[in-house]
Amino acid sequence: MNPQRREVLKRGGGVALLAALAAAGWLKPEQVLAAEAWNKAAFETKSLDETLKVLNGGTPAQSKDITFFSTPDIAENGAVVPIGITSAIPKTESIAILVEKNPNTLAAVFDIPAGTESSLSTRIKMGQTSNVYALVKADGKYYIAGKEIKVTLGGCGG
Amino acid sequence: MADPMKIRANLVGDSTEVKVLMAHEMETGQRKDAQGKTIPAWHITNVTATHNGKTVLSAQWGPAVAKNPFLSFKFKGGAKGEKVQVSWIDNRGDKRTDEATIA
Repeated sequence: MNPQRREVLKRGGGVALLAALAAAGWLKPEQVLAAEAWNKAAFETKSLDETLKVLNGGTPAQSKDITFFSTPDIAENGAVVPIGITSAIPKTESIAILVEKNPNTLAAVFDIPAGTESSLSTRIKMGQTSNVYALVKADGKYYIAGKEIKVTLGGCGG
Repeated sequence: MADPMKIRANLVGDSTEVKVLMAHEMETGQRKDAQGKTIPAWHITNVTATHNGKTVLSAQWGPAVAKNPFLSFKFKGGAKGEKVQVSWIDNRGDKRTDEATIA
C-alpha cells in the first residue's frame, strides 16, 4: 500500500487527517482551512508557561495597553464569568484568554482582522480563583496583562 | 441542528457592534455523570463572523468558554440593512450559521 495512504488511514479522523490529505495532495489547502483548524496542542496545555510555549509567545512583555472591562474582581458563579478585553496596541492581530488555574489554561483565541476593533467580550468558565491573562499578538510580537478573579463557586464541574 | 443563535448588529457611529448569544452545552469533559462516567467534551471549536464576504472575526474556542456562549465585538464599516453572518462548528462536527441585519 502507498505509505502515505497507510499513514492517512492510521491517523483516523479529525484535523490530522485533513492535514495529511492536504500534504498528500488530495485536498486543496483552501478546503482544509474551510474545515477549520483547531490548535489542539494549545488547548491542552496546563500552565501559563506551557501555553506561551505552544503559542510561540516566548516571554511576552507586560503591557498597560491591554485592559479588562466588564470583568468582575469576584465571580459569583465560576461557570459564567464575563471577560472584556481591549488592546490599545496598534496592529493587534489576536487576543487569547488564558486562565492560569483551569484544568486547561487556554480558554479562547480570537483573530482580529484589519478593520475590526481589538476589543471584545465573552464569558468563560473558571474552576477556582485564578489569574486570568489576555495574551495579545500585535505586529508579530506578544504582550500580556493579567487580573486576578476570585471565584466562590467553581465552574468546571469537577 | 442546534438551536439558532441570537445576533444583534447595530451601527454605532461608523462601526457595527455585534452581540451574539449561541445555544451550546459547552461540555468541558471534566464532569462525571451519576454513574461516575466522564461526560465527554462537547464544545464549539471555531467561530467565524463575516460581513459582505469579509471575515470580521474568527476564533478558536476551548471548553472553558461558558455554556450558551456570549460574544460581543465591533468592526469598522457596515450600513443599515447589510447582513452579518456568524458561524460555529463544534468538536462533533455539528455546525450552525445565522445572520442578522445591521440596524
